[in-house]
Amino acid sequence: MDNTKRYERLLERYRNGDLERRSFLGLIGAAGLAYGVQTPFARMAMASDVSQVRFDGWGGVVSEAFRRHAFDPYTEATGIRVVDATFSGADEYLAQVRASSPGEYNIAHLSGAFDYARYHNFGLTSELNLDNIPNMQYVMERLTEVYRTITPDALSAVPYNYGTTGLAYNRSVISDEEIREKGAGILIDPAYEGRIGGWGEWRTRIWYGALQTGQDPNNIEDMEAVWDAIRAHRDLALNYWSSGAELMSLLAEGEIVVTEGWSGRIAALQEQGHDIGYYDPPNGYGWEECLFVIAGSPIEACEELLNFMLAPETSIAVAEGQNYPPALDPTRVDLGEKVPTLPAFDPTGTLEGLTFAVPEYWNTNEAEWSEQFSRVQRGF
Amino acid sequence: MSVEARERRQPWILLSPALGAVALLLLLPLVFIVVYSFWLRSAVGPDTVGFHLDNWQRALTDPFYRYILLNTLKIAAITTVLCAILGYPAAYFVARSKGNKVILLLLLMLPFWISYIIRTMSWINILGSSGALNTALMTLGIISEPFRMLYNEGAVILGLVHFLLPFMVLNVFVSLDGIDTSFEDAACSLGATRWQAFTQVTLPLSLPGLAAGGLLCFVLAAGSYVTPVVLGGPRDAMFANLVYEAIITQLNWPMGSALSLLLLFVLGGLVALYNRFLGLSQLTRGLG
Repeated sequence: MDNTKRYERLLERYRNGDLERRSFLGLIGAAGLAYGVQTPFARMAMASDVSQVRFDGWGGVVSEAFRRHAFDPYTEATGIRVVDATFSGADEYLAQVRASSPGEYNIAHLSGAFDYARYHNFGLTSELNLDNIPNMQYVMERLTEVYRTITPDALSAVPYNYGTTGLAYNRSVISDEEIREKGAGILIDPAYEGRIGGWGEWRTRIWYGALQTGQDPNNIEDMEAVWDAIRAHRDLALNYWSSGAELMSLLAEGEIVVTEGWSGRIAALQEQGHDIGYYDPPNGYGWEECLFVIAGSPIEACEELLNFMLAPETSIAVAEGQNYPPALDPTRVDLGEKVPTLPAFDPTGTLEGLTFAVPEYWNTNEAEWSEQFSRVQRGF
Repeated sequence: MSVEARERRQPWILLSPALGAVALLLLLPLVFIVVYSFWLRSAVGPDTVGFHLDNWQRALTDPFYRYILLNTLKIAAITTVLCAILGYPAAYFVARSKGNKVILLLLLMLPFWISYIIRTMSWINILGSSGALNTALMTLGIISEPFRMLYNEGAVILGLVHFLLPFMVLNVFVSLDGIDTSFEDAACSLGATRWQAFTQVTLPLSLPGLAAGGLLCFVLAAGSYVTPVVLGGPRDAMFANLVYEAIITQLNWPMGSALSLLLLFVLGGLVALYNRFLGLSQLTRGLG
């Protein structure tokens, strides 16, 4: 039952004559006393009252879609305000959450595999009651499997969307045939020196390093070859981009002609009329994102919001806005006209065609690889 | 309570809010960072609490950190020299101008009204492949292909000079403004040329201001984080970027703490040297 409605329920009972005036005032007074004796720190720890839920996401077109299609209607329907904040990177956000009081951060749009495991390791998972999220019935099972391997007893997040990090290229410079022929190797092709970009994130660099050296990204056997490929890319690249907005700007303005890029952002560029192609090479980088409820959050209000966001009409509207396919199973839900045309969309509902990172493998190597990448990036 | 005792307490009472703020917002976090620097990062999950010297040992002996630290000091030094070369004539012009000093100083302060990040990013629109400079050069037929001016160490230094030049100009201006112009006239009346009067009278007298501006520029440049991120290439990192990466990307707060303290000690040592030979009073004059 929603805590935010407690006062209204008491008031209604009082007005209906179910509650004596003395009892009503006594209960309101007790609530006031309980509120009053809390310290300011305790109030912060409880994420204030449940008149609001904080959501942190990626900003840009994604945030706009959430605001327009999910948060505003949710607030209108429930009276609970959604405080919409933006983070520039998942790593930075985790550092902020670690340094915060419980309840300060509530729901975040995170990487479904890596971050779920990392947050669990730091004791930041919560326990969702899926009975309160009936729209979970539409979600593809494959997307929740990975979470259940980390937290078998209860989920702390619901899958929300998926996408790929494939090759984005300027079609006036690079043909569709050339990108298919060269695949990930085009990112270390000296012919495009100074016009190559790349995300300055260690996982993506290593994933593509594995592809460039013909290895399975989830089972790399020759790591030194991967580092060499990363060095080659570093020396040929104009710059590493650090955000979706920067990626779009570099491609749109012709600063770079090829890079790996996020499928939704490239679709947005294509919608704007830029002649940018997108290609998922074999074993391309598939990923899923989730709506993660952080420990200490008001669970009931969060479950209510998650259910609202997972409703097919909301989910589809957000997907169309952010250009990433939703987590909804297309064999169970009619996803409309646009979603099936999005890059990375899987009509089977099994996601068998996408290669996802194995979180145990990557998170185990995170400490070593992230630090080594920092050195390689700087010429070591 | 006697009058003397009350008078002795009064300054401390007046100072207590400021001292409290410094203790709470500066000293206490610093203590946390010192403590953290002796902890150890675990592969996954919370850090290992204890007294370990591993982070300090790596920070002081690893050639990677030494290289980035020296590179940072080099970039800061070049930036400071360029700020001095470009800032001194500007400050001299403002100090010696008659009647319109306030307007000139206001113009000098104008850039501070715009966000530092926005100012730094504006260089992308000027120096980028399709930026104003390349477009102009290609339109004039001087170059046929865009000239690569961004995402290298030169662009980082340019961005830092852009950011720090006003600090240098203001410090030198304060120093020059306090020098009586009749000194130069007196030197000329004794047979010196205007150049000799400047180099042998005005310049030596303005050196404290130049040094104060230099110290400010150097310390701010060496601690810079945003400029290399926005204008630098993959290789162009300064020490603050390593601190950021250790804490944010690698989630290695203990190592990040050790690195940030190392940078603090190096820059603190420079400030101590400055204070030993020149005194910090000139710096506060410049800031005032």
